[in-house]
Amino acid sequence: MHNVAQKTQTPLITYLLRLGDSALVLGQRSAQLCGKAPALEEEMALMNVGLDLFGQARNWLAYAAELEGEGHDADYLAFRRDAQDFRNLLIVEQPNGDFADIMGRQFLFDAWHVHLLEGLADSSDPRIAEVAAKSLKEATYHLRRSSEWVIRLGDGTEESHTRMQRALDNIWQFTGELVQFDEIDQAMQEAGIAPDPETLATRWKATVEEVLEEATLERPSYDAWMYTGGKVGHHTEHLGFLLAEMQYLPRTYPDATVW
Amino acid sequence: MLPSGNQPSAPIGAGSIDDWPSKDLIGSDRSGLPPAGETGDVDAVLAILQQVPDPEVPVVSVVELGIVRDIDWQDGQLVVSVTPTYSGCPATEAIEQHIVEALVASGYSNPLIQRRLSPAWTTDWLTEAGREKLRAYGIAPPVGSASKRSLTGQSDPVVPCPLCGSEATERVSEFGSTACKALYRCRDCLEPFDYFKCL
Repeated sequence: MHNVAQKTQTPLITYLLRLGDSALVLGQRSAQLCGKAPALEEEMALMNVGLDLFGQARNWLAYAAELEGEGHDADYLAFRRDAQDFRNLLIVEQPNGDFADIMGRQFLFDAWHVHLLEGLADSSDPRIAEVAAKSLKEATYHLRRSSEWVIRLGDGTEESHTRMQRALDNIWQFTGELVQFDEIDQAMQEAGIAPDPETLATRWKATVEEVLEEATLERPSYDAWMYTGGKVGHHTEHLGFLLAEMQYLPRTYPDATVW
Repeated sequence: MLPSGNQPSAPIGAGSIDDWPSKDLIGSDRSGLPPAGETGDVDAVLAILQQVPDPEVPVVSVVELGIVRDIDWQDGQLVVSVTPTYSGCPATEAIEQHIVEALVASGYSNPLIQRRLSPAWTTDWLTEAGREKLRAYGIAPPVGSASKRSLTGQSDPVVPCPLCGSEATERVSEFGSTACKALYRCRDCLEPFDYFKCL
Protein backbone atom coordinates (compact mmCIF):
# COMPACT_ATOMS: atom_id res chain seq x y z
CA MET A 1 0.00 0.00 0.00
CA HIS A 2 1.37 3.33 -1.02
CA ASN A 3 1.02 5.82 1.77
CA VAL A 4 2.75 9.05 0.91
CA ALA A 5 1.54 10.64 4.12
CA GLN A 6 3.91 8.44 6.10
CA LYS A 7 6.91 9.22 3.94
CA THR A 8 8.98 12.29 3.94
CA GLN A 9 7.12 14.48 1.54
CA THR A 10 8.78 17.70 0.53
CA PRO A 11 6.57 20.77 0.25
CA LEU A 12 7.11 20.71 -3.51
CA ILE A 13 5.84 17.14 -3.82
CA THR A 14 2.79 17.98 -1.72
CA TYR A 15 2.17 21.03 -3.85
CA LEU A 16 2.40 18.98 -7.06
CA LEU A 17 -0.01 16.42 -5.64
CA ARG A 18 -2.49 19.21 -4.90
CA LEU A 19 -2.26 20.39 -8.51
CA GLY A 20 -2.33 16.93 -10.03
CA ASP A 21 -5.01 15.45 -7.79
CA SER A 22 -7.34 18.41 -8.28
CA ALA A 23 -7.07 18.10 -12.05
CA LEU A 24 -7.43 14.33 -11.90
CA VAL A 25 -10.50 14.28 -9.68
CA LEU A 26 -12.33 16.99 -11.60
CA GLY A 27 -11.45 15.19 -14.82
CA GLN A 28 -12.97 12.03 -13.40
CA ARG A 29 -16.13 13.92 -12.39
CA SER A 30 -16.42 15.12 -16.00
CA ALA A 31 -15.78 11.63 -17.32
CA GLN A 32 -18.61 10.27 -15.17
CA LEU A 33 -21.00 12.26 -17.35
CA CYS A 34 -20.14 10.22 -20.44
CA GLY A 35 -23.47 9.04 -21.81
CA LYS A 36 -25.41 11.17 -19.34
CA ALA A 37 -24.97 14.79 -20.41
CA PRO A 38 -28.10 16.80 -21.28
CA ALA A 39 -27.08 17.26 -24.93
CA LEU A 40 -24.61 15.61 -27.28
CA GLU A 41 -22.62 18.82 -27.79
CA GLU A 42 -22.29 19.35 -24.07
CA GLU A 43 -21.25 15.79 -23.57
CA MET A 44 -18.41 16.21 -26.04
CA ALA A 45 -17.41 19.42 -24.29
CA LEU A 46 -17.43 17.79 -20.86
CA MET A 47 -15.35 14.88 -22.10
CA ASN A 48 -12.83 17.19 -23.75
CA VAL A 49 -12.52 19.33 -20.65
CA GLY A 50 -12.00 16.15 -18.64
CA LEU A 51 -9.38 14.97 -21.11
CA ASP A 52 -7.45 18.23 -20.80
CA LEU A 53 -7.54 17.87 -17.02
CA PHE A 54 -6.30 14.26 -17.21
CA GLY A 55 -3.40 15.36 -19.39
CA GLN A 56 -2.53 18.12 -16.96
CA ALA A 57 -2.82 15.71 -14.03
CA ARG A 58 -0.42 13.35 -15.74
CA ASN A 59 2.14 16.11 -16.21
CA TRP A 60 1.96 17.17 -12.55
CA LEU A 61 1.89 13.65 -11.11
CA ALA A 62 4.74 12.49 -13.34
CA TYR A 63 6.88 15.24 -11.86
CA ALA A 64 5.76 14.41 -8.32
CA ALA A 65 6.64 10.74 -8.88
CA GLU A 66 10.08 11.64 -10.21
CA LEU A 67 10.81 13.81 -7.19
CA GLU A 68 9.60 11.07 -4.84
CA GLY A 69 12.23 8.81 -6.30
CA GLU A 70 10.39 5.63 -5.37
CA GLY A 71 10.37 4.35 -8.93
CA HIS A 72 6.69 5.15 -9.39
CA ASP A 73 4.98 6.96 -12.22
CA ALA A 74 1.91 9.14 -12.72
CA ASP A 75 -0.36 6.11 -13.13
CA TYR A 76 0.84 4.70 -9.86
CA LEU A 77 0.03 7.88 -8.01
CA ALA A 78 -3.37 8.12 -9.68
CA PHE A 79 -4.45 4.54 -9.21
CA ARG A 80 -2.69 3.18 -6.14
CA ARG A 81 -3.26 5.78 -3.49
CA ASP A 82 -6.19 5.90 -1.10
CA ALA A 83 -8.38 8.89 -0.37
CA GLN A 84 -6.35 10.11 2.61
CA ASP A 85 -3.29 10.41 0.37
CA PHE A 86 -5.08 12.61 -2.14
CA ARG A 87 -4.43 16.33 -1.85
CA ASN A 88 -7.13 17.67 -4.15
CA LEU A 89 -9.42 20.56 -3.30
CA LEU A 90 -12.75 19.50 -1.84
CA ILE A 91 -14.72 21.39 -4.48
CA VAL A 92 -13.64 19.06 -7.30
CA GLU A 93 -14.81 15.87 -5.59
CA GLN A 94 -18.37 17.09 -5.01
CA PRO A 95 -20.98 15.05 -6.90
CA ASN A 96 -22.25 16.08 -10.30
CA GLY A 97 -25.89 16.91 -9.50
CA ASP A 98 -27.73 18.75 -12.26
CA PHE A 99 -26.18 20.76 -15.08
CA ALA A 100 -26.18 23.94 -13.00
CA ASP A 101 -24.24 22.12 -10.25
CA ILE A 102 -21.75 20.85 -12.82
CA MET A 103 -21.17 24.23 -14.45
CA GLY A 104 -21.13 26.10 -11.15
CA ARG A 105 -18.42 23.81 -9.78
CA GLN A 106 -16.49 24.03 -13.04
CA PHE A 107 -16.70 27.82 -13.20
CA LEU A 108 -15.53 28.43 -9.63
CA PHE A 109 -12.63 26.02 -10.22
CA ASP A 110 -11.75 27.41 -13.67
CA ALA A 111 -11.64 31.00 -12.41
CA TRP A 112 -9.15 29.92 -9.74
CA HIS A 113 -7.25 27.60 -12.07
CA VAL A 114 -6.61 30.23 -14.75
CA HIS A 115 -5.20 32.75 -12.29
CA LEU A 116 -3.11 30.10 -10.58
CA LEU A 117 -1.66 28.85 -13.87
CA GLU A 118 -0.88 32.42 -14.97
CA GLY A 119 1.28 32.68 -11.87
CA LEU A 120 2.80 29.22 -12.24
CA ALA A 121 3.77 29.97 -15.85
CA ASP A 122 6.32 32.36 -14.29
CA SER A 123 7.53 29.77 -11.79
CA SER A 124 11.18 29.61 -10.84
CA ASP A 125 10.87 25.86 -11.47
CA PRO A 126 11.16 25.49 -15.28
CA ARG A 127 9.31 22.18 -15.33
CA ILE A 128 6.34 23.72 -13.52
CA ALA A 129 6.48 26.78 -15.76
CA GLU A 130 6.24 24.76 -18.96
CA VAL A 131 3.42 22.52 -17.74
CA ALA A 132 1.54 25.60 -16.51
CA ALA A 133 2.02 27.51 -19.77
CA LYS A 134 0.58 24.59 -21.68
CA SER A 135 -2.30 24.05 -19.22
CA LEU A 136 -3.14 27.73 -19.12
CA LYS A 137 -4.28 27.77 -22.73
CA GLU A 138 -6.66 24.93 -22.02
CA ALA A 139 -7.92 26.34 -18.72
CA THR A 140 -8.57 29.73 -20.33
CA TYR A 141 -10.84 28.05 -22.83
CA HIS A 142 -12.54 26.06 -20.05
CA LEU A 143 -13.23 29.27 -18.16
CA ARG A 144 -14.73 30.81 -21.25
CA ARG A 145 -17.17 27.96 -21.59
CA SER A 146 -18.11 27.62 -17.92
CA SER A 147 -18.57 31.41 -17.62
CA GLU A 148 -20.87 31.40 -20.61
CA TRP A 149 -22.98 28.67 -19.07
CA VAL A 150 -23.21 30.32 -15.66
CA ILE A 151 -24.31 33.53 -17.38
CA ARG A 152 -26.75 31.76 -19.67
CA LEU A 153 -28.35 29.80 -16.87
CA GLY A 154 -28.26 32.63 -14.32
CA ASP A 155 -29.62 35.22 -16.72
CA GLY A 156 -31.96 32.74 -18.37
CA THR A 157 -35.41 31.55 -17.43
CA GLU A 158 -36.86 31.69 -13.96
CA GLU A 159 -36.24 27.96 -13.62
CA SER A 160 -32.62 28.09 -14.82
CA HIS A 161 -31.92 31.13 -12.64
CA THR A 162 -33.34 29.41 -9.56
CA ARG A 163 -31.30 26.29 -10.21
CA MET A 164 -28.08 28.16 -10.94
CA GLN A 165 -28.45 30.19 -7.76
CA ARG A 166 -29.14 27.04 -5.77
CA ALA A 167 -26.10 25.32 -7.28
CA LEU A 168 -23.93 28.29 -6.39
CA ASP A 169 -25.25 28.39 -2.83
CA ASN A 170 -24.58 24.66 -2.41
CA ILE A 171 -21.05 24.55 -3.79
CA TRP A 172 -19.96 27.83 -2.22
CA GLN A 173 -19.05 26.22 1.11
CA PHE A 174 -16.21 24.39 -0.68
CA THR A 175 -14.57 27.51 -2.12
CA GLY A 176 -12.73 28.45 1.07
CA GLU A 177 -9.77 26.30 0.09
CA LEU A 178 -9.33 28.27 -3.14
CA VAL A 179 -8.46 31.42 -1.24
CA GLN A 180 -6.96 30.11 1.99
CA PHE A 181 -3.33 29.17 2.14
CA ASP A 182 -1.11 27.23 4.47
CA GLU A 183 2.60 26.70 5.11
CA ILE A 184 2.99 24.71 1.88
CA ASP A 185 1.61 27.56 -0.24
CA GLN A 186 3.79 29.93 1.74
CA ALA A 187 6.92 27.86 1.16
CA MET A 188 6.17 27.64 -2.57
CA GLN A 189 5.71 31.36 -2.83
CA GLU A 190 8.92 32.06 -0.95
CA ALA A 191 10.81 29.75 -3.30
CA GLY A 192 9.37 31.61 -6.28
CA ILE A 193 7.68 28.42 -7.40
CA ALA A 194 4.07 29.51 -6.94
CA PRO A 195 2.38 32.91 -7.09
CA ASP A 196 1.40 34.98 -4.08
CA PRO A 197 -1.74 33.33 -2.65
CA GLU A 198 -3.28 36.64 -1.68
CA THR A 199 -2.97 37.99 -5.20
CA LEU A 200 -4.48 34.76 -6.48
CA ALA A 201 -7.42 35.15 -4.08
CA THR A 202 -8.00 38.75 -5.18
CA ARG A 203 -7.99 37.80 -8.85
CA TRP A 204 -10.30 34.85 -8.30
CA LYS A 205 -12.77 37.03 -6.48
CA ALA A 206 -12.69 39.64 -9.23
CA THR A 207 -13.47 37.07 -11.93
CA VAL A 208 -16.20 35.46 -9.85
CA GLU A 209 -17.82 38.82 -9.11
CA GLU A 210 -17.71 39.91 -12.73
CA VAL A 211 -19.36 36.76 -14.05
CA LEU A 212 -21.94 36.42 -11.28
CA GLU A 213 -23.00 40.00 -11.76
CA GLU A 214 -23.55 39.46 -15.46
CA ALA A 215 -25.39 36.26 -14.61
CA THR A 216 -27.70 38.22 -12.24
CA LEU A 217 -26.73 35.81 -9.49
CA GLU A 218 -26.24 36.68 -5.88
CA ARG A 219 -22.77 35.94 -4.60
CA PRO A 220 -22.75 34.17 -1.24
CA SER A 221 -20.55 35.69 1.43
CA TYR A 222 -16.81 35.13 1.46
CA ASP A 223 -17.15 34.94 5.22
CA ALA A 224 -19.58 32.03 5.09
CA TRP A 225 -18.57 28.91 6.96
CA MET A 226 -16.32 26.78 4.72
CA TYR A 227 -15.38 23.13 4.57
CA THR A 228 -11.62 22.70 4.34
CA GLY A 229 -9.17 19.82 4.56
CA GLY A 230 -8.70 18.48 1.04
CA LYS A 231 -5.23 19.95 0.77
CA VAL A 232 -4.09 17.92 3.79
CA GLY A 233 -5.97 14.75 2.94
CA HIS A 234 -9.19 15.21 4.91
CA HIS A 235 -11.88 14.59 2.34
CA THR A 236 -15.63 14.45 2.09
CA GLU A 237 -17.17 10.99 1.76
CA HIS A 238 -17.56 11.44 -2.00
CA LEU A 239 -13.88 11.01 -2.86
CA GLY A 240 -13.73 7.38 -1.71
CA PHE A 241 -16.58 6.37 -4.01
CA LEU A 242 -15.05 8.24 -6.93
CA LEU A 243 -11.68 6.54 -6.41
CA ALA A 244 -13.27 3.13 -6.02
CA GLU A 245 -14.75 3.44 -9.47
CA MET A 246 -11.70 5.08 -11.04
CA GLN A 247 -9.15 2.69 -9.54
CA TYR A 248 -11.07 -0.54 -9.78
CA LEU A 249 -9.55 -1.87 -12.98
CA PRO A 250 -5.87 -1.06 -12.38
CA ARG A 251 -6.14 -2.38 -8.83
CA THR A 252 -7.78 -5.59 -10.01
CA TYR A 253 -5.11 -6.18 -12.65
CA PRO A 254 -2.13 -4.38 -11.11
CA ASP A 255 0.46 -5.97 -13.36
CA ALA A 256 -1.38 -5.57 -16.63
CA THR A 257 0.73 -3.96 -19.31
CA VAL A 258 -1.79 -3.99 -22.15
CA TRP A 259 -5.38 -2.74 -21.77
CA MET B 1 17.72 21.35 -36.88
CA LEU B 2 14.54 21.47 -38.88
CA PRO B 3 14.66 23.19 -42.24
CA SER B 4 11.83 25.47 -43.16
CA GLY B 5 10.97 23.31 -46.14
CA ASN B 6 7.78 24.46 -47.81
CA GLN B 7 6.88 26.60 -44.83
CA PRO B 8 7.15 30.38 -44.62
CA SER B 9 10.72 31.54 -44.11
CA ALA B 10 9.77 33.64 -41.07
CA PRO B 11 9.64 31.73 -37.78
CA ILE B 12 6.40 29.86 -37.64
CA GLY B 13 3.83 31.69 -35.61
CA ALA B 14 5.75 34.93 -35.38
CA GLY B 15 2.67 36.76 -36.64
CA SER B 16 0.45 39.19 -34.84
CA ILE B 17 0.64 38.44 -31.17
CA ASP B 18 0.66 42.09 -30.20
CA ASP B 19 -2.08 41.66 -27.64
CA TRP B 20 -0.04 39.17 -25.64
CA PRO B 21 2.11 40.23 -22.76
CA SER B 22 5.39 38.48 -23.41
CA LYS B 23 5.07 36.33 -20.30
CA ASP B 24 1.59 35.27 -21.29
CA LEU B 25 0.26 32.00 -22.68
CA ILE B 26 2.40 31.96 -25.73
CA GLY B 27 5.77 33.21 -24.60
CA SER B 28 8.12 35.34 -26.59
CA ASP B 29 10.03 32.25 -27.57
CA ARG B 30 7.87 30.97 -30.37
CA SER B 31 10.62 30.67 -32.88
CA GLY B 32 10.47 26.93 -32.41
CA LEU B 33 11.60 26.28 -35.91
CA PRO B 34 15.06 27.71 -36.47
CA PRO B 35 16.26 28.70 -39.93
CA ALA B 36 17.15 25.93 -42.28
CA GLY B 37 20.25 23.97 -41.51
CA GLU B 38 20.77 22.42 -44.90
CA THR B 39 21.64 18.82 -44.28
CA GLY B 40 20.38 16.09 -46.50
CA ASP B 41 19.65 13.77 -43.63
CA VAL B 42 17.18 16.15 -42.00
CA ASP B 43 15.35 16.61 -45.28
CA ALA B 44 15.16 12.87 -45.72
CA VAL B 45 13.68 12.43 -42.26
CA LEU B 46 11.30 15.29 -42.84
CA ALA B 47 10.13 13.69 -46.07
CA ILE B 48 9.32 10.50 -44.15
CA LEU B 49 7.45 12.39 -41.44
CA GLN B 50 5.47 14.25 -44.11
CA GLN B 51 3.92 10.86 -44.81
CA VAL B 52 2.87 10.21 -41.19
CA PRO B 53 -0.75 11.29 -40.79
CA ASP B 54 -2.32 12.67 -37.64
CA PRO B 55 -4.47 9.76 -36.44
CA GLU B 56 -7.48 11.95 -35.64
CA VAL B 57 -7.27 14.25 -38.64
CA PRO B 58 -5.58 11.91 -41.13
CA VAL B 59 -5.71 14.46 -43.93
CA VAL B 60 -2.78 16.37 -42.40
CA SER B 61 0.66 15.04 -41.58
CA VAL B 62 2.40 15.49 -38.25
CA VAL B 63 4.70 17.99 -39.98
CA GLU B 64 1.80 20.02 -41.35
CA LEU B 65 0.20 19.98 -37.90
CA GLY B 66 3.34 21.65 -36.58
CA ILE B 67 4.01 19.15 -33.82
CA VAL B 68 7.43 18.01 -35.08
CA ARG B 69 9.67 20.52 -33.38
CA ASP B 70 13.16 19.28 -34.03
CA ILE B 71 15.16 16.63 -35.86
CA ASP B 72 18.63 15.97 -34.56
CA TRP B 73 21.25 13.33 -33.99
CA GLN B 74 22.71 12.62 -30.57
CA ASP B 75 25.67 10.25 -30.52
CA GLY B 76 24.60 8.87 -33.84
CA GLN B 77 21.01 8.27 -32.77
CA LEU B 78 18.19 10.04 -34.57
CA VAL B 79 16.15 12.15 -32.13
CA VAL B 80 12.79 13.59 -33.16
CA SER B 81 11.21 16.11 -30.78
CA VAL B 82 7.44 16.13 -30.81
CA THR B 83 5.07 18.38 -28.90
CA PRO B 84 1.51 17.39 -27.94
CA THR B 85 -1.33 19.53 -29.24
CA TYR B 86 -3.27 19.39 -25.96
CA SER B 87 -2.06 18.12 -22.57
CA GLY B 88 -4.55 15.28 -22.72
CA CYS B 89 -4.40 14.53 -26.42
CA PRO B 90 -5.13 10.79 -26.53
CA ALA B 91 -3.26 10.47 -29.81
CA THR B 92 0.09 11.49 -28.36
CA GLU B 93 1.39 7.96 -27.84
CA ALA B 94 -0.08 6.73 -31.13
CA ILE B 95 1.60 9.57 -33.02
CA GLU B 96 4.96 8.83 -31.42
CA GLN B 97 4.56 5.16 -32.27
CA HIS B 98 3.63 5.92 -35.89
CA ILE B 99 6.66 8.16 -36.27
CA VAL B 100 8.96 5.45 -34.95
CA GLU B 101 7.38 2.84 -37.21
CA ALA B 102 7.72 5.04 -40.28
CA LEU B 103 11.37 5.79 -39.51
CA VAL B 104 12.23 2.17 -38.80
CA ALA B 105 10.52 1.10 -42.02
CA SER B 106 12.76 3.57 -43.86
CA GLY B 107 15.92 2.16 -42.35
CA TYR B 108 16.50 4.28 -39.26
CA SER B 109 17.15 1.52 -36.80
CA ASN B 110 16.69 3.08 -33.41
CA PRO B 111 14.99 6.49 -33.49
CA LEU B 112 14.27 8.25 -30.23
CA ILE B 113 11.18 10.39 -29.65
CA GLN B 114 11.51 13.27 -27.26
CA ARG B 115 8.31 14.77 -25.93
CA ARG B 116 8.66 18.50 -25.67
CA LEU B 117 6.17 20.71 -23.82
CA SER B 118 7.82 24.08 -24.26
CA PRO B 119 7.13 26.23 -26.12
CA ALA B 120 3.53 25.07 -26.02
CA TRP B 121 2.00 24.10 -29.33
CA THR B 122 -0.07 26.70 -31.10
CA THR B 123 -2.29 26.45 -34.15
CA ASP B 124 -0.11 29.20 -35.62
CA TRP B 125 2.29 26.35 -36.41
CA LEU B 126 -0.17 24.71 -38.81
CA THR B 127 1.39 25.05 -42.24
CA GLU B 128 -0.43 26.73 -45.13
CA ALA B 129 -0.60 23.39 -46.91
CA GLY B 130 -2.06 21.85 -43.78
CA ARG B 131 -4.73 24.54 -43.54
CA GLU B 132 -5.77 24.00 -47.14
CA LYS B 133 -6.01 20.26 -46.61
CA LEU B 134 -8.17 20.77 -43.53
CA ARG B 135 -10.53 22.99 -45.47
CA ALA B 136 -10.78 20.54 -48.34
CA TYR B 137 -11.51 17.81 -45.78
CA GLY B 138 -14.44 19.81 -44.36
CA ILE B 139 -12.76 21.20 -41.25
CA ALA B 140 -12.54 24.98 -41.04
CA PRO B 141 -8.90 25.92 -40.29
CA PRO B 142 -8.06 28.41 -37.51
CA VAL B 143 -9.01 31.98 -38.37
CA GLY B 144 -6.36 34.53 -37.44
CA SER B 145 -3.60 33.79 -34.99
CA ALA B 146 -3.71 32.44 -31.48
CA SER B 147 -4.04 34.97 -28.70
CA LYS B 148 -5.49 35.33 -25.27
CA ARG B 149 -8.34 37.23 -26.87
CA SER B 150 -9.16 34.36 -29.18
CA LEU B 151 -9.12 31.92 -26.25
CA THR B 152 -11.31 34.01 -23.99
CA GLY B 153 -13.76 34.69 -26.79
CA GLN B 154 -13.22 38.45 -26.77
CA SER B 155 -12.46 38.30 -30.46
CA ASP B 156 -14.66 35.59 -31.91
CA PRO B 157 -13.72 35.42 -35.57
CA VAL B 158 -16.01 34.88 -38.51
CA VAL B 159 -15.46 31.26 -39.49
CA PRO B 160 -16.30 30.64 -43.16
CA CYS B 161 -18.11 27.39 -43.89
CA PRO B 162 -15.54 24.95 -45.36
CA LEU B 163 -18.27 23.40 -47.50
CA CYS B 164 -19.99 26.35 -49.19
CA GLY B 165 -17.78 29.27 -48.18
CA SER B 166 -20.62 31.23 -46.56
CA GLU B 167 -19.70 33.49 -43.67
CA ALA B 168 -23.14 33.11 -42.11
CA THR B 169 -22.04 30.55 -39.55
CA GLU B 170 -22.58 30.15 -35.84
CA ARG B 171 -20.92 28.28 -33.01
CA VAL B 172 -22.94 25.39 -31.61
CA SER B 173 -20.49 24.23 -28.96
CA GLU B 174 -17.03 25.18 -27.74
CA PHE B 175 -15.89 21.63 -28.36
CA GLY B 176 -16.27 19.40 -31.39
CA SER B 177 -15.28 15.81 -31.96
CA THR B 178 -11.84 16.40 -30.45
CA ALA B 179 -10.41 18.89 -27.97
CA CYS B 180 -8.77 20.89 -30.75
CA LYS B 181 -12.03 21.64 -32.52
CA ALA B 182 -15.26 23.52 -31.90
CA LEU B 183 -18.61 22.70 -33.45
CA TYR B 184 -20.14 25.17 -35.89
CA ARG B 185 -23.09 25.22 -38.23
CA CYS B 186 -23.63 27.02 -41.50
CA ARG B 187 -26.85 29.01 -41.74
CA ASP B 188 -26.78 28.92 -45.54
CA CYS B 189 -26.05 25.33 -46.48
CA LEU B 190 -27.25 24.16 -43.04
CA GLU B 191 -24.37 21.74 -42.66
CA PRO B 192 -22.63 21.33 -39.30
CA PHE B 193 -18.85 21.42 -39.39
CA ASP B 194 -15.80 21.28 -37.16
CA TYR B 195 -13.69 24.38 -36.63
CA PHE B 196 -10.04 23.86 -35.74
CA LYS B 197 -9.89 26.54 -33.09
CA CYS B 198 -7.09 28.96 -32.39
CA LEU B 199 -4.93 27.87 -29.50
